[in-house]
Amino acid sequence: MDLPIPDMSLVVLIGASGSGKSTFARKHFAPTQVLSSDYFRGLVSDDENDQSASADAFDALHYIAGKRLSAGKVTVIDATNVQREPREQLIKLAREHHVLPVAIVLDIPEAVCVRRNAERPDRDFGAHVVKRHRAELRRALGSLQREGFRKVHVLRGESEVDEARIVPERLNNDLRDQTGPFDVIGDIHGCRAELEELLGELGYAITRDDQGRSVGARHPEGRRAVFVGDLVDRGPDTPGVLRLVMGMVEAGDALAVCGNHEQKLVRAMRGRKVTVAHGLAESLAQLGEESDEYRARVEAFCDGLISHYRLDGGNLVVAHAGLPQAYHGRASGRVRSFALYGDTTGETDEYGLPVRYPWANDYRGRAMVLYGHTPVVDPEWVNGTMCLDTGCVFGGKLTALRYPERETVSVKAHQVWYEPTRPLAPPDPFGGREPSTLALSDVVGKRVVDTGTMGQITVRGEQAASALEVMSRFAVDPRWLLYLPPTMAPTPTRADGELLEHPTEAFADFRSRGVREVLCEEKHMGSRAVVLLTRDESVAPARFGIDGDGAVHTRTGRPFFDEDLTGRLLTRVRAAATEAGLWAELDTDWMLLDAELMPWSAKASALITDQYAAVGAAAGVALPAAADALAEAAGRGVDVADLLARTRSRETNATDFRAAYRRYCWPTDGLDGVRLAPFQILAAQATVFHDRPHTWHLTIADRLRAADPDLFAVTRNLVVDTEDAGSVGAGVRWWTELTEAGGEGMVVKPAANHLPKTQPGVKVRGREYLRIIYGPDYTEPANLSRLRDRNLGHKRSLALREYALGLEGLARLTRGEPLWRVHECVFAVLALESEPVDPRL
Amino acid sequence: MLLTLTTNHTPATDLGYLLFKHPGKAQAFSTASGTAHVFYPRADEDECTAALLLEVDPIALVRGRRNDAFTLGQYVNDRPYAAGSMLAVALSSVFRTAMIGRCDQRPGLAATPIPLRIRVPAAPCWAGPDMAERLFAPLGWRVDARPVPLDTEFPEWGDSRYLDLRIEGELKLSDALKHLYVLLPVMDGAKHYWVGEDEIEKLLRAGDGWLSGHPERDLISLRYLAHRRGYQRTALDRLAELDGGTEAEPVDVLPEAAVLAEDKPEPLSATRRRAVLDALREVRAHRVLDLGCGGGALLRDLLADPTFTEIVGCDVSAGALDAAQRRLRLDQLPDRARDRVALRQSSVTYTDPALAGYDAAVLMEVVEHVDASRLPALERAVFGTANPRHVIVTTPNAEYNVLYPNLPAGKMRHTDHRFEWTRARFQDWAQGVADRCGYTVRYAPVGPEDPVHGPSTQLAVFSRKEAA
Repeated sequence: MDLPIPDMSLVVLIGASGSGKSTFARKHFAPTQVLSSDYFRGLVSDDENDQSASADAFDALHYIAGKRLSAGKVTVIDATNVQREPREQLIKLAREHHVLPVAIVLDIPEAVCVRRNAERPDRDFGAHVVKRHRAELRRALGSLQREGFRKVHVLRGESEVDEARIVPERLNNDLRDQTGPFDVIGDIHGCRAELEELLGELGYAITRDDQGRSVGARHPEGRRAVFVGDLVDRGPDTPGVLRLVMGMVEAGDALAVCGNHEQKLVRAMRGRKVTVAHGLAESLAQLGEESDEYRARVEAFCDGLISHYRLDGGNLVVAHAGLPQAYHGRASGRVRSFALYGDTTGETDEYGLPVRYPWANDYRGRAMVLYGHTPVVDPEWVNGTMCLDTGCVFGGKLTALRYPERETVSVKAHQVWYEPTRPLAPPDPFGGREPSTLALSDVVGKRVVDTGTMGQITVRGEQAASALEVMSRFAVDPRWLLYLPPTMAPTPTRADGELLEHPTEAFADFRSRGVREVLCEEKHMGSRAVVLLTRDESVAPARFGIDGDGAVHTRTGRPFFDEDLTGRLLTRVRAAATEAGLWAELDTDWMLLDAELMPWSAKASALITDQYAAVGAAAGVALPAAADALAEAAGRGVDVADLLARTRSRETNATDFRAAYRRYCWPTDGLDGVRLAPFQILAAQATVFHDRPHTWHLTIADRLRAADPDLFAVTRNLVVDTEDAGSVGAGVRWWTELTEAGGEGMVVKPAANHLPKTQPGVKVRGREYLRIIYGPDYTEPANLSRLRDRNLGHKRSLALREYALGLEGLARLTRGEPLWRVHECVFAVLALESEPVDPRL
Repeated sequence: MLLTLTTNHTPATDLGYLLFKHPGKAQAFSTASGTAHVFYPRADEDECTAALLLEVDPIALVRGRRNDAFTLGQYVNDRPYAAGSMLAVALSSVFRTAMIGRCDQRPGLAATPIPLRIRVPAAPCWAGPDMAERLFAPLGWRVDARPVPLDTEFPEWGDSRYLDLRIEGELKLSDALKHLYVLLPVMDGAKHYWVGEDEIEKLLRAGDGWLSGHPERDLISLRYLAHRRGYQRTALDRLAELDGGTEAEPVDVLPEAAVLAEDKPEPLSATRRRAVLDALREVRAHRVLDLGCGGGALLRDLLADPTFTEIVGCDVSAGALDAAQRRLRLDQLPDRARDRVALRQSSVTYTDPALAGYDAAVLMEVVEHVDASRLPALERAVFGTANPRHVIVTTPNAEYNVLYPNLPAGKMRHTDHRFEWTRARFQDWAQGVADRCGYTVRYAPVGPEDPVHGPSTQLAVFSRKEAA
């Protein structure tokens, strides 16, 4: 006997003690699927037969069952369940998680049960228990369906039990095996002409019957239409729309989910008492003109409509009024009701219409959800969901979304067919476009971020806690904050000599990892700046859901300048990008640049004056005074020679230290004196440019510089072949000249740019620059030898993880994923940056 | 870091006896802060100068302290050069006997005021040369404190926090050393000076005989003991540094004492809390959110009133919540009191559905710490998602600022304030929020009120329309 068990179900075994439930469960289900009351009794009391532990045992069992059902796992309850109350609790549990409750009854003769129990030493209760169970079971048999079990399988006698076979059954909303491509079409409401036009626009060829009526449409490339419901009511030709849609569905050219209007139409056609409003009268009148046969076909079609579909491996969900993640692929009255009517807040608006709860703002699922029901002026993405009801019948337009292309196609309404009760897109302070405010649960707590290049990356709770404060108090609006640059590891430490860092080790490191060609880039003496540039002011509202024309932020997401100066900087960069022809070349209307902004003092003046200049000032007055005092004492013949020599040397170090930080400081006035050195085009439109060679990026930077030489600084660079001693020698000389002339140092990157599991770059800093980092006296031999003992492992690992997170964020951004998915990565980079790592690395 | 001490007492070389250090030798002592060298640049009948030079090994200094050594400031700092609290510690260790006033060779001299000249070429001072004058002059010193410029190549940067400090006077040597021991750290105020439990004891001993009569007594005690940081900020400091910021904690430009309140003994912060509590009682709120609770001052008041049955303190800073936890002594409260209060890290710019369903939310002096461009996010999170029946907002009234004599024109009251609103601007914002989010709003003055400029703090009570 085959027992069909739906994919998402709670299977309740019912049978007397000794009826063989556990054996049955073991035979047909995996051990983790089966929750046995005996086992839970043991868990909470150490005694599987301790009936006084039953209440606690069932609490625990229900808790675990709830977790499994929430995850959509078929769960089997192995308990007698012969009494009504425990069954009721289980049915309630199934409903709470929107899965189907299924009963499997093991109706085994009393004698068999008693015999089995007698064979088990731990079951010393008498036969009267089995007798009572059997009596209760008999009473239950007739009422199981009524209690709410959607399927009831009764196995009578041992042989039926032995022969039973579990057959998994797919839910009728489960079309995950259908991968499209699809054209998902919004609310039509009887607008047949517009539908025909839209289908034509989408490339479907319409077939007509002998009266010229459209009865089907097929796409030459096998695309299929998916209708989000509300085909009927209000409009001029409900029967015509139905004829076309039914023809498409029956021919396999389309799918349709049920709308609330279809639901009500069916009830009306069946003569149920319904309020004839919201355009139902028009449908009934128009259908009244049709034949009985046609009406019967319509009734059957509308009655058979499923409330939502999961398509394409679960990546696409279509439901008339939308559907939150927890309901995807589930089945219950609540799920159907949400799919048809949506969620309401219980309030009504000034037009007397129910206020709809903006569920999409909270949506965090991975599946794209397409829906209609609430007319909007323009379709907009909200957390990966889109409402395609653009109010055609009210004189708006009829809209389709091409999946997976994510392109919308619309045709205008031919006229206002029906006067709306309220204007389209009611004023909603928070709804509409991508919400400006992300949820706390998007960022806090321990998080595991899936990255395309490095797999799962974990962010610990306390790291997120630190980042939350910085992000909340100091960062720019998350809609501008699409990328944070990763930290960068220094070159492996030089083993001896007067330097801590030298190019030789960097080249050798890349060579040992199989990277032959590297690019040395001059390390600019400024601050990291990320520039989000838009082509004009219309771009950001449409693409990023925020007014403005771009942003310039630091490596922790703070605004670089005030609004006015930021605006002027963006204007200059935009003009240069336009002159360089980048918009057309990159086929984009926005771009994200990674750059260095100089001078350092433009942003870091507080750090320079409070820390570096202050140290220099204190040293500058203390050390000469100390040296003078020591010289006087030496003059008196006191033996202070060593101390004097040390003090003089430190005096020189302090002078060099001051010289080192002074190179980073020059006065700026507005944009005068500010230089920008972009070195990577991070992303634009649908592309992340991490796989373009660095020379490509620098060529674009050169073109920007050519367009505005006053603003843009050149990034000097040199290609080095790590296998070629001559080339390596040239690289070393290049770095030596750069740093001896006061340069900060260089960054060595794989010339090809992104390589898996490879540092995206390592820095090789100059001797004098490191004075700022390691202190004025770090060059003293005794100090150097101690400083060489530095551990780069953590820093390198952090650099790789942050880099992978950054790339993942850009990938999500360019795929058009919702803001919270991008922000998750950006936030994770900031969280990892709060790691305690030696800041001198 | 260097300190020199000169006398013209005759014979001047007696200074060697007083200090217990031979003028003909250079001696080195190991102290908690580094190697202290004592030598005499000059030692003759007419004049004798003792020098104390402290050599600090900055690398060794951070090596032992792995826990908080993760900001650059831990590595590159003024410790090897500036004569602040570390020099004071070395001074007390090297010249311990002299500081007590004991001198077996010249007992009379130790008890006698002698002419003394002291120079500290790089004395850190948080409040400029006037502070040196205020601290040393009342003790009988003539003070010559010259600010050291930050960098002569960048005159626009102004002066550094260091003074080339010279004081002279006729004092007992032991008193002079005690003055330096206490006052150098007071001037310094740097955070690397860790105040241990026994520091109060040390202060009382070193201040014996002079501190109680000093006109700046309160300031000295406060500053000497005040360098304990409220909570660990290392992670934040790190992130600030990455941007070239400094870890400077935001500070009140207006210390509470300076607030205009002659006719009211109560500080403005207390008045504000009282006004908020009154407003909460007036709207009959029992379940209350304190958004941006900081160290928990309002939470403590709420806890004291049993009509507040559920109190949730939220702050974006985990450190502030730790401070609140300590302040409220949550772990020591009886169960019933503890059950009424909860602390939660949350942010007013991220929506947090866990905060939905409360009677009232308090935003006391919070909005002005949020960038104006992020206020819509706050509006959505607080008024939209949390959506309490009432929201109580307080914020400074910018018009009132002209009445603060200590507040420079155009300055805001706190370094972290992103804006301070006039009454009109505040009401404009509040009305907009109310209209968009379905609230009504009314306003009340808090604190001293000026007929022209209004109250020092403005308060708004928002009530959800159906709750009104």
